[in-house]
Amino acid sequence: MANYSTNEFRSGLKVMMDGDPCSIVENEFVKPGKGQAFSRVRIRNLKTGRVWDRTFKSGESLEGADVMDRDMQYLYTDGEYWHFMEPDTFEQHQADAKVVSDTAKWLREQDTVIVTLYNGVPLSVLAPNHVELEIVDTDPGLKGDTAQGGTKPATLSTGAVVKVPLFLNIGETIKVDTRTGEYLSRA
Amino acid sequence: MAHWQPTATLETLRYRAKILAQIRQFFEVRDVLEVDVPVLSETGVTDLHIDCLQTQVGGAIQYLQSSPEYFMKRLLASGSGSIYSLGKAFRDGERGRRHHPEFTMLEWYRTSWDECQLVEEVTLLLRELGLGCDTETLMYGDVFGRVIGLNPHTVPLAQLQQKASSIAGDDFSNESRSTCLDLIFSLSVEPALPNGLVFIRNYPACQAALARLDKDPMGNIIARRFEAFLNGVELANGYYELIDPVEQKSRFDADLALRQAEGKPAMSVDTRLLAAMDSGLPSCAGVALGVDRLLMQLLDIDDISHVMPFGHVGNNCE
Repeated sequence: MANYSTNEFRSGLKVMMDGDPCSIVENEFVKPGKGQAFSRVRIRNLKTGRVWDRTFKSGESLEGADVMDRDMQYLYTDGEYWHFMEPDTFEQHQADAKVVSDTAKWLREQDTVIVTLYNGVPLSVLAPNHVELEIVDTDPGLKGDTAQGGTKPATLSTGAVVKVPLFLNIGETIKVDTRTGEYLSRA
Repeated sequence: MAHWQPTATLETLRYRAKILAQIRQFFEVRDVLEVDVPVLSETGVTDLHIDCLQTQVGGAIQYLQSSPEYFMKRLLASGSGSIYSLGKAFRDGERGRRHHPEFTMLEWYRTSWDECQLVEEVTLLLRELGLGCDTETLMYGDVFGRVIGLNPHTVPLAQLQQKASSIAGDDFSNESRSTCLDLIFSLSVEPALPNGLVFIRNYPACQAALARLDKDPMGNIIARRFEAFLNGVELANGYYELIDPVEQKSRFDADLALRQAEGKPAMSVDTRLLAAMDSGLPSCAGVALGVDRLLMQLLDIDDISHVMPFGHVGNNCE
């Protein structure tokens, strides 16, 4: 991979740091009029998700990381691996629980997700911001309690549990924001 | 279609024009002569951290000036008396929310004054331009000591490098005293400065640039240099000017040695400035003020390109 000098740093650039692939979140040019210039960088470790700040002397460089985001179709899970397919080449990739992590509970077969590849291997999986999933288990709707605007837990077809309004029943499909895990509306 | 519109609103540009006119009026009533010195010169500067833009004029290399300083000092040596320049300055590689490779600089020199008198005049000018905030003067050593807990003039280099490394989150153990001070001051001291207009005086000797050296009451060797910060943003830099040509020549040579050590291109020394100093630069104080940064503060705008008619779009600052 190419090396990137501080003057090429910009948000979204993928670089290697401390042996891990990282993404530059923010880059600020800092320079006293007569003094040394610096790049003050906020970095996210793409493996661990940790975000931290680091300041480089201008002119230093970092090795680029072979990281790319791909739209892929989620196929199925065999319990150990989750399988994804690139829609144009039909190339398949498998990711383990460590890579899929919390996203697993939003994955519905055939949905399109973003798979981040590092050296060609899945590094992380990002669900769409909004997903539509069916309620497979919840307490029966409590009539007369709707005015209270209360909520109850509901288990969705993927196994995710979200809080939903009391009037919803098993078999209904709802829209959920995967970033917050919150119920949005009936689908 | 190409983006052709200005980067500042017309309202901002009218305000900018008014400030430029007020600056000129401020100096006119004080009998300070405006000089529009060249932007192009056969020599640039030797400063380690200032990269001059280079161009060709009739096949010969010339440099866009990073400040009007050397030309102005030649005028001072020729007996001009107090002078000011309001024009463009250029510095390569400087781009960000507060940096632009081409910017507008106000620079002025007061003969027979020292930097303390000049600090008073900077304050007066800013008040006249509409700045209504508190003013405070602090010594570099005091504010550095209060925020960092170290004496910047005497702390051993190894300890300074350790502090810089921990603030940067990167390895600064091979960096110079001045680089470590720049880092610590920019990242930790500046954000801790009080709001309003703050003057910092008596810089560490290694950051003297073109200021005279002196001793402070505690016996530290300091540079008679000041900087103005407005709400934590560096706005102006001034000196009780070095007038000794021998000392000036040795600082140029020291710059060149540092440039070589860092693998930066060598720059020719401006021998005409040295000759002018040889013939006698009058005792004076001088200051350079970033006009675009002042406008940003007066208008509460946080991107320098938005106070310029046509700034760089898509600054490398995100």
